[in-house]
Amino acid sequence: MIRTPAGRLFWARRLAQMVLVVLSIGTVNFLLLHLAPGDAAQVLAGESGSASPEYLAALRRQFGLDRPFPVQFGHYILRLVTFDLGFSHRQGLPVATLILDRLPATLLLMSASIGLAVLLGGALGFLAARRAGGLADALISGLALLFYATPVFWVGLMLTVVFAVWLDWFPVGGMRAIGATSGPGAILDIAHHLVLPPTTLGLFYMATYTRLMRASVLDVQDRDFVRTARAKGLADGRIAWRHVLRNATLPIVTTVGVQVGSILGGAVLVETVFSWPGLGRLAFEALFQRDLNLLLGILFLSSILVGVANLAVDLAYARLDPRIGLQG
Amino acid sequence: MSRRRFLLGTALAVGALALAGPAAAQSPRRGGTLTAIVQPEPVTLTSAINTAAPTGFISGNVFDGLVDYDLDLKPRPALAENWEIAPDALSITFRLRRGVKWHDGQPFTAADVKWTLENVWKTIHPRNQATFGRVRAVETPDNHTVVLRLSEPSLAILSSVNSNGAQILPKHLYEGTDILSNPYNNKPVGTGAFVFKEWSRGNHIVLERNPDYWDKDKPYLDRIVFRVIPDAAARAAALEKGEVQYAAFSPVPLKDAERLGKLPTLRVETRGYEWLSPWLFFDLNVDNPQLKDVRVRRAIAHAIDRQAIARIVWYGFGKPAISPVPSTLAAFHDESVPQYPFNPKRAEALLDEAGFTRGPDGVRFSLTHDFIPYGDDYKRTGEYLKQALKRVGIEVTIRSQDTASFTKRVYGDRDFDISSTWFAAFSDPQVGVTRAYWSGWIGKNTPWTNGSGYRNPEIDGLIAQAQGEADQAKRIALFKQFQQIVQRDLPSIPLIELRFFSLHAADLKDVVTRGDQIYGSLKNAWFDGPRADSKSTEAKNTEAKSN
Repeated sequence: MIRTPAGRLFWARRLAQMVLVVLSIGTVNFLLLHLAPGDAAQVLAGESGSASPEYLAALRRQFGLDRPFPVQFGHYILRLVTFDLGFSHRQGLPVATLILDRLPATLLLMSASIGLAVLLGGALGFLAARRAGGLADALISGLALLFYATPVFWVGLMLTVVFAVWLDWFPVGGMRAIGATSGPGAILDIAHHLVLPPTTLGLFYMATYTRLMRASVLDVQDRDFVRTARAKGLADGRIAWRHVLRNATLPIVTTVGVQVGSILGGAVLVETVFSWPGLGRLAFEALFQRDLNLLLGILFLSSILVGVANLAVDLAYARLDPRIGLQG
Repeated sequence: MSRRRFLLGTALAVGALALAGPAAAQSPRRGGTLTAIVQPEPVTLTSAINTAAPTGFISGNVFDGLVDYDLDLKPRPALAENWEIAPDALSITFRLRRGVKWHDGQPFTAADVKWTLENVWKTIHPRNQATFGRVRAVETPDNHTVVLRLSEPSLAILSSVNSNGAQILPKHLYEGTDILSNPYNNKPVGTGAFVFKEWSRGNHIVLERNPDYWDKDKPYLDRIVFRVIPDAAARAAALEKGEVQYAAFSPVPLKDAERLGKLPTLRVETRGYEWLSPWLFFDLNVDNPQLKDVRVRRAIAHAIDRQAIARIVWYGFGKPAISPVPSTLAAFHDESVPQYPFNPKRAEALLDEAGFTRGPDGVRFSLTHDFIPYGDDYKRTGEYLKQALKRVGIEVTIRSQDTASFTKRVYGDRDFDISSTWFAAFSDPQVGVTRAYWSGWIGKNTPWTNGSGYRNPEIDGLIAQAQGEADQAKRIALFKQFQQIVQRDLPSIPLIELRFFSLHAADLKDVVTRGDQIYGSLKNAWFDGPRADSKSTEAKNTEAKSN
């Protein structure tokens, strides 16, 4: 589609939009975060349990916090344009290194949770809609509501207490055993650690997908084309699979798109409860530590990811439903 | 303590070196991996540039100090084999241990001490500039002797030369670099019992046994893994399950400590924090129109039941405090300071006398309270304050915020009425206590200094006098006078002497062998049982499961 003039126009417009959006988000982020009281030097001094003005001044000089605000802002925008995420003075490492270090853990956790949620939630929602008003529907809807309403950290703690402490089936937290071997052993080890956290998070997301899928299927089931298909004499299962499910998936795709955008934000609560070394915790801690370079870096990547995810959703729409065209 | 007795003590300590370590009934076993919790994750692993607790907790294993402190806070030889103070107290000589090597194989010499003192302790160290400010020159007559020449006596130096108070950095790796951003801050090279191995951010930090350690046969453990576990409930679960065998700095909520301590596999330990000697107090902003009246400040002290704070709010992990110099600093602590026993009637009388009578709604006036945002215990203390003051007619609004906002509000903007915080007194009040009262700190936006805004030239004078006093007995007298005055004027109300606690596995022995253990080395710790034989975490997990 990039080969047609219309396709080229679409891409050019979307890219320009994205750049504009990302830059404005970056500016707002920078200004907002600088409104927070206190700075990184003060946090470090606070944690040290003692400090002197000389120590604080040395830290501010090292962090570049002694420069005037417009200069700091100018440097920041320049860096954004060149995709330079800067340096986390607090951690003593480049922001890009810190983020890349945590990215695999986050991707693993989020894809496992969202995968679990979409597959299980979709299936349950579909089932509930097919048996709408029946016992199965009531059970599934009730369950979905329960998981949706239960706080994530509480589910996490309960799973830990039951499956890690009492039954001792899984480790309490972390992503891998320290000193674990590489190769197949390491994969098994990570898989062992990767049971409770995605389950906790997945159960929460699942509720959303179950309810979405149920509503969507109920809606599509009464459409004209389904009636036509039925009138044609198609088998019930084939109608459900080919006509209903495919059309009912659109809202799910939208929601997945939105959630993928939040991947970089991670899942602070689950990461905290399970000591999972993901980006959510990194961002959360960066906020409390006023590690603005790091936080801005994570937010910047996050905004890019949201833009890309939205684009992907639009493309997926066009593929799932040929009636939807691509327009800038 | 006189200088002579001090020297005698030193000599005895040197003599007793061969017998050092607790008289254990069994001899320690070699081997095993200790998994501990570090929380929060440290910023860096070098205490010389960051004195935060998690940094010191790990760093003390990688670096030895010139001395360490026993449970009575007397210095014991470490990298310095002995030391002496000149009769005029204007010079201090440390004789260094021979044959000590940095973890990269370079020899440890007097040049390292001299360089670190001049470039770190005196300049960028967060706490030491006051302590080492009087060092006029450092002489190194040979590779194993360091002589500090002082412009005036500074007896506090000897109470802060352990690996946390005055950490020695390897000159050959730091000289000529930007010290604060030197990469070795995060992969430290020390002389201590354990060698830094790996830091996986967000996961763990691994130290391994130093085979060339100067203290022969030590350490007993093969490896220490410090895991980062951010959630308190998860920390409790990991300890209960045995995945983790050691955690310090009150790692679980106080109400869980009691339950976990009763398990046969775990022990609660409150020793090892003596060098810190933390006390919890309220700072009363003396610029506030009501709080500037000393009668109001005394009334508030009378309205607070410190027994209840210790017993109920802090689950017994604290002892009512009567002075800002904790009783653990036995020589300096003054029991005869003015006291303010719990007496709401007296509080009301004082408030009436000050002219703040109850209004038609029963309220005299309103105050805000900002508690130090270090967790629920401090919030509960604030809630107790609200209740206690309501009874005597003062309405309190509790405000919460994060640490950066808190320190800016209290020490920078001074926009508060009553704040709560805890300070470490350290083993000499000059290091930890006087900062809360010295007027030079007011409004400097420097965290953990004079929060109340108290200005008293007499106190400033006493502090200066005690700093330069060569005779310890006279210093003690000065500090007692200091306590009498600040407890009379009461800009801050000492509440309790905090008892931090550690949790450790029952089979982990000799976790605490010194008064600064929490920032010291685990070189004496050993496993009495199968954990000593385990070679890896997997083996240990399997073993734990079969139990």
